[in-house]
Amino acid sequence: MQADPATPAGSASHLSPRRPFGDRAFQVLALASGLLVLVILVLIAITMSQQSTQWFTTAGWSGIFSIDWDPANNKFGALTFVYGTVITSVIAIVVAYPVSMGVSLLLTEVVPRRWSQPIVYVIDLLAVVPSVVWGLWGFLVLNPWLQTIYAHVASAVNGIWILGNLFGPLNGNYVSGESFFTAGLVLAIMITPIVTSLSREVMATVPSTDKEGAYALGATRWEMIRGVVWPHSQVGIVGATLLGLGRAMGETIAVALVVGASPTISSHLFVPGYTMPAVIALQFGEATVGEFRAALIGMGVLLFALTIIVNLSARGVVGRNARRMRGTA
Amino acid sequence: MTATTPHQVDLREPSGWRRAKNQFATGAMWFTFLCLLVPLGFVLVTVIAKGASAISWQFLTNGTIPPNILPANVGGMGAAVIGTLEITGFAAVMAIPLGILGAVYINEYGGNRPLSRLISFLSDVMTGVPSIVMGLFVFTIWVLHFGYSGLAGSFSLACLMLPIVIRSSYEMLRLVPNHLREASYALGATKARVTLTVVLPTAVGGIVSGALLAIARAAGETAPLIFTILTVEATNPDLFHGADTALSTQIFTNATQPYTGATDRAWGSALTLIAIAFILMIVARLVTARFNRYPR
Repeated sequence: MQADPATPAGSASHLSPRRPFGDRAFQVLALASGLLVLVILVLIAITMSQQSTQWFTTAGWSGIFSIDWDPANNKFGALTFVYGTVITSVIAIVVAYPVSMGVSLLLTEVVPRRWSQPIVYVIDLLAVVPSVVWGLWGFLVLNPWLQTIYAHVASAVNGIWILGNLFGPLNGNYVSGESFFTAGLVLAIMITPIVTSLSREVMATVPSTDKEGAYALGATRWEMIRGVVWPHSQVGIVGATLLGLGRAMGETIAVALVVGASPTISSHLFVPGYTMPAVIALQFGEATVGEFRAALIGMGVLLFALTIIVNLSARGVVGRNARRMRGTA
Repeated sequence: MTATTPHQVDLREPSGWRRAKNQFATGAMWFTFLCLLVPLGFVLVTVIAKGASAISWQFLTNGTIPPNILPANVGGMGAAVIGTLEITGFAAVMAIPLGILGAVYINEYGGNRPLSRLISFLSDVMTGVPSIVMGLFVFTIWVLHFGYSGLAGSFSLACLMLPIVIRSSYEMLRLVPNHLREASYALGATKARVTLTVVLPTAVGGIVSGALLAIARAAGETAPLIFTILTVEATNPDLFHGADTALSTQIFTNATQPYTGATDRAWGSALTLIAIAFILMIVARLVTARFNRYPR
């Protein structure tokens, strides 16, 4: 008689229908670790909102979004900081977007695969330089150097419509190295690696048959990029840029060191400003009591909400695009 | 004859104008690469030039950080080096196993279930949460009750690392071929055993290099630490009690000081920090190259 293959020789029992304890314990452990992410995000929302209720209830909507920031007189308006965060992140995106597009096109379409490695190394190195080192360099080296450039630019465009408003000197002849624009430039350097590597992944998914088709029709490389790569990856690139925007909004230390730490709302970009993360980092030490601390933590809540919204819309854009691409494939 | 005469296909080289546009575009792409290279070169040269003169054996090991006005050859940053290693190390000990387990759940157990998709989605969202928010979070939930300590700093860095580790480990687990799992099930192994002895060892190279990159990123973080460790000037060997210090927070406080001794110390610390991050990155690269069994 043949041995039953399900009961190997020497095994006393039939296959147990119960999974061993260790197996189930491991599954529970893995599930718990996964749920930790959910728990942390929920706790962030709850504890930080709790600690900042004093600000939200005392100041009210009009108080939160006023331009008065005067801790000595219990005035905690966040508008100047929101403005600074938005303006510096927009500058960062405007600068980083073309650079990231150029480099990712270079990596996917121009440079042969084995030569692309050094370029990837440069991007990785940029990504791994700590924020505080960019800030130190920006504060001690870049700022003085940029100040002279700003002075030249400002005197050149002074009085010209729009350009004069953006890049002209404030009140006659005032420009500063520590400014919205410097913060934007440093942020641009810091978010370029992430935007580049994400858009490169998107561009790598362009089917090579489409590209070869364009070449077969006699297109030059640039025409192929505009006709094939661009339409195919546009949506993914919007997602990558939004993720970069989220990074730029939350970046703290580098901005705190180069932005000039002066609550300002001005269309002039060459003057000192302030951002939400910078004010939290720089003034938290003095904020030992009541509403001041609540206001700073509350600004953290605003920042959390803002970056979550930006990230969700980025994921939404990319997810919808992925479904669309699968549908047409 | 046919009513329509076929168009003459132009198979000659592209016209001068089209070729010029193409070359201009290629030139522009190389120019954008130069735009990346220049700031990187600029910052590295500055940090190495200014940091190298400050760094010495004494600078790296002496545990007492002197007052700002003293020159850089007095005392040293040993306290901050120890703080950074301790805080980042303990954060890694917490975040890496939990992150790998989370990825195991998403890829091995969850599959396409709603809960697994939710966790995967939330870990992506958590990657986008600014580091300063993690610092404030640990401040509200831990520091307010138990006071400043290196442990609190480790918690905030672990919160930062967790989603990065989950994401990179998940990507690696996905690459493990299914026939390996099926072969082990056919031998009668339980799911936990398959995961621990077949799946994870197969993906270990990618997981380790992802974890090292997460550590490199966490070691350079400043924003979460300023709310959790309250930068002090002496070595605190006890991770669990009392205010601590770290290289990144020392750079932050010294950067804006008007004294050359302080800025020298900032440059020296910056070079040390960059060196730590780069070494971790290079080791990660080597590990990837060594264990690259299942490349994409």
